[in-house]
Amino acid sequence: MTLLTVDPQAIDWARAQFALTAIYHWLFVPLTIGLALIMGIMETCYYRTGKDFWRIATRFWQRMFGINFAMGVATGIILEFEFGTNWSNYSWFVGDIFGAPLAIEGIIAFFLESTFVAVMYFGWEKVSRGFHLASTWLTGLGATISAWWILVANAWMQHPVGCEFNPDTMRNEMYSFFDVALSPYAVDKFCHTVTSAWIIGAVFVVGVSAWYLLKNREAERELALQSMKIGAIVGLISSVAAAVTGDESAYRVADVQPMKLAAMEALYNGGEDQSLTALAWVNPFQQPDYKNEAEAPMRLAIPNGLSILATRTLHGYVPGVNDILKGYTRQDGTVEPSAQEKMERGRIAIAALKEYRESNGKDKEQQLAKLKDNIQYMGYGFIKDESELVPYIPVNFWAFRIMVGFGTLFILVFAFMIFLNWKKKTASQPINDGGQPFGPYPKWLLWLSIILIPCAYIASESGWLVAEFGRQPWTIQDMLPVSASVSDIGSGAVATTFFLFLTLFTALLIVEINIMLKQIKRGLAL
Amino acid sequence: MTYLFLQQYWWLLVSLLGALLVFMMFVQGGNSLIFTLGATDDERKMLINSTGRKWELTFTTLVTFGGAAFAAFPLFYSTSFGGAYWLWMLILVTFVVQAVSYEFQNKQGNLLGARPFQFCLQLNGILGPLLIGGAVATFFEGSNFLVQKANLLSLTDDAGGGLIISSWANASHGLDALLCPWVLILGFALVFLTRILGILFFINNIEDENIRTRGAERLIGQTIPFLILFVAYICHVLLKDGYSYDPATGVIVVEPMKYLHNLIDMWPLAVILVIGVFLVLYGIIRTIRSNTYIGGIWPTGIGTVVTVLVLLLLAGWNNTAFYPSTADLQSSLTIINASSSEFTLRTMFYVSLLIPLVLAYIAYAWRSMDRKKITQQEIKESHHTY
Repeated sequence: MTLLTVDPQAIDWARAQFALTAIYHWLFVPLTIGLALIMGIMETCYYRTGKDFWRIATRFWQRMFGINFAMGVATGIILEFEFGTNWSNYSWFVGDIFGAPLAIEGIIAFFLESTFVAVMYFGWEKVSRGFHLASTWLTGLGATISAWWILVANAWMQHPVGCEFNPDTMRNEMYSFFDVALSPYAVDKFCHTVTSAWIIGAVFVVGVSAWYLLKNREAERELALQSMKIGAIVGLISSVAAAVTGDESAYRVADVQPMKLAAMEALYNGGEDQSLTALAWVNPFQQPDYKNEAEAPMRLAIPNGLSILATRTLHGYVPGVNDILKGYTRQDGTVEPSAQEKMERGRIAIAALKEYRESNGKDKEQQLAKLKDNIQYMGYGFIKDESELVPYIPVNFWAFRIMVGFGTLFILVFAFMIFLNWKKKTASQPINDGGQPFGPYPKWLLWLSIILIPCAYIASESGWLVAEFGRQPWTIQDMLPVSASVSDIGSGAVATTFFLFLTLFTALLIVEINIMLKQIKRGLAL
Repeated sequence: MTYLFLQQYWWLLVSLLGALLVFMMFVQGGNSLIFTLGATDDERKMLINSTGRKWELTFTTLVTFGGAAFAAFPLFYSTSFGGAYWLWMLILVTFVVQAVSYEFQNKQGNLLGARPFQFCLQLNGILGPLLIGGAVATFFEGSNFLVQKANLLSLTDDAGGGLIISSWANASHGLDALLCPWVLILGFALVFLTRILGILFFINNIEDENIRTRGAERLIGQTIPFLILFVAYICHVLLKDGYSYDPATGVIVVEPMKYLHNLIDMWPLAVILVIGVFLVLYGIIRTIRSNTYIGGIWPTGIGTVVTVLVLLLLAGWNNTAFYPSTADLQSSLTIINASSSEFTLRTMFYVSLLIPLVLAYIAYAWRSMDRKKITQQEIKESHHTY
């Protein structure tokens, strides 16, 4: 018996296309969210003090915001419609739940953002200072609310709640909107993602400002120093918050997506008193032999760290890849069946559903009862081989470490900058008044600030790689695999649009980066 | 609130979003006329900056239309977008290139120069309305798709199923729609309508005698083909067969002159349609006849919204299949078989109560920004222009 008749290449191309669009989209959105906060702070300073410096500073960062904003919008529309174009089965199977956050995002967030962004750009001489300030904050609020709803949708894919399968309509249907909208998984995801976006805004502002100081740009010196101060404060608060929310996210992943955690940790065989891997050798280009290897080679680990992270207890049990495949007992005593058993029960559920739809009377009731007994594992019925249930470990392992590593570095750098600002207050004064050309910052720190800009993007994208690669093979965790989610489109068609978008987005990204660099070089000159 | 009420309510809202989108496509229509109405660089810059302050709203309306369709009628979303793949991809690509064209075209460091981006604005200005008009026409003309929910349970090759619920019955994936003359007629009607709206918006939004005079002159050239195409399509729709369903059994049958029957059965819609068409014509004619009248965008815009709304309601209300399948009658989508569950529609109903608030702040911001019209002086002195 050959399972699944969908062209596997079409599935891969659909995945690649969605990943491409999401990665590009996430290059622009975090800067939009992050800069919106910093612009809001600066314009509030202008509103409160009336000092023209703050108006000029706000408008400068607004110029950067504007260049970036359009690309976020352009890539975002493709993402939304790709759910329909490339994931047709998915759109029906869970559209009853998944569509609602997207619609609410449009009604509540996008209109807020798109209405007030025009006032923010063009309204300086047309509306009052108060209305303009409100518009700047509302633009940022719109972007943030938009993030809320799309992350609610994404969190639901990671941990589906508030819904049940309806055998008559052949789809999942929502029964609790609040379970979906306020799922703890969604709350953590939102907090972690938005704070990570603020980090990007802060790193960008600090990096650009550092360049002005290194270049001894007198006209932009005050802009740079004030921006670095605000950027460092925003950066430190948000990177600490990202660490806290990240820890909470990992705890929830351990509970609802143990395979993702095992892949992030390259934990092949779990147990109690598990240590947290700081570093190990996991070949980036090859799925490790998790069945036969005891653990990843050259492993440096923090004793009991993983048990604390995953269970909040020193000796807690954490399952590894093999434990999850073979079945294990959770901390609370519940038994998690083996992958084979889940796959078998999944096929029973699918067969019962088929019988249910084709039968009448008493037999229908029997099939319904059988379906209900096994519905929890219906998604596993689409899985061909248990090895499919293991995500690609190298990507999860390394992406997680890159994200955490850079996140830690950001905390240290921002804290050091704030310390220098506090310690060397006079260095920020005008040069003819005792100030230093680089302000309170040593030259190496300014260079590091510039280098950190791409690092922040790499860290942020790595976070998404962990989130999405770790969920594989599922589109919706344990409910619907990627292979059963696609549209009836040939691989050639999807490959064509993949390369179309790749070319288009790359060309536009190159243009955007070049414009951005020119605008930075131009500085405050009109 | 019954389930049926919620289904009809959500068809009304999706239709309203579609109608608002057609109105907001004055941005596209205006962009397609940049080189016709703008004789100098300064004039063209005013035109681009005029639509450039509204494009985000058009974009958002399109996205929200998609989101609302997904939330309220997921089977339509999965069938149409997944099936008419090329048609929707073409629409999306033209909107993507439009989104960046404003900001990028005149910025230092733009490696490609201004021309490609101006071309993209014009491309979107023509193809956007044409293809969206074509997509709307498929609500009446039908599309070549099959819906078989049991396919999801076909795990094996020998079962003969393809696992995928909605499939297109030919290899063109939506491009076949463009071979239907009636699809093209509605598509081009929309192109001319958006150009009319674009001209009226420029006349209202830009304080420049040359542009206003040129715009009023060009109105006639857009209005005549629009009227011919629009009237032809309306006559065609009212006389053609439509798909109706039995609300008790869900069985779909072909009904001659279904849309005419809908108009008669729902006679208030007929009255509203007449008012809509009158308003469209009133705004155009008064603008052509008067040198001082600059408010034509409002009656014509409101008339457009009302007219399109009525057309879309005719497609979905009164037991009509709003997305007919030409491949399999029973695969056709109705607001009953394609909708979300009662719970979701009810939840979304409460969210939709925020829409008046959204419309109110849009109107307030619009009025605040457009109180002072765009002038050459403003464009020259402004720090942020496209």
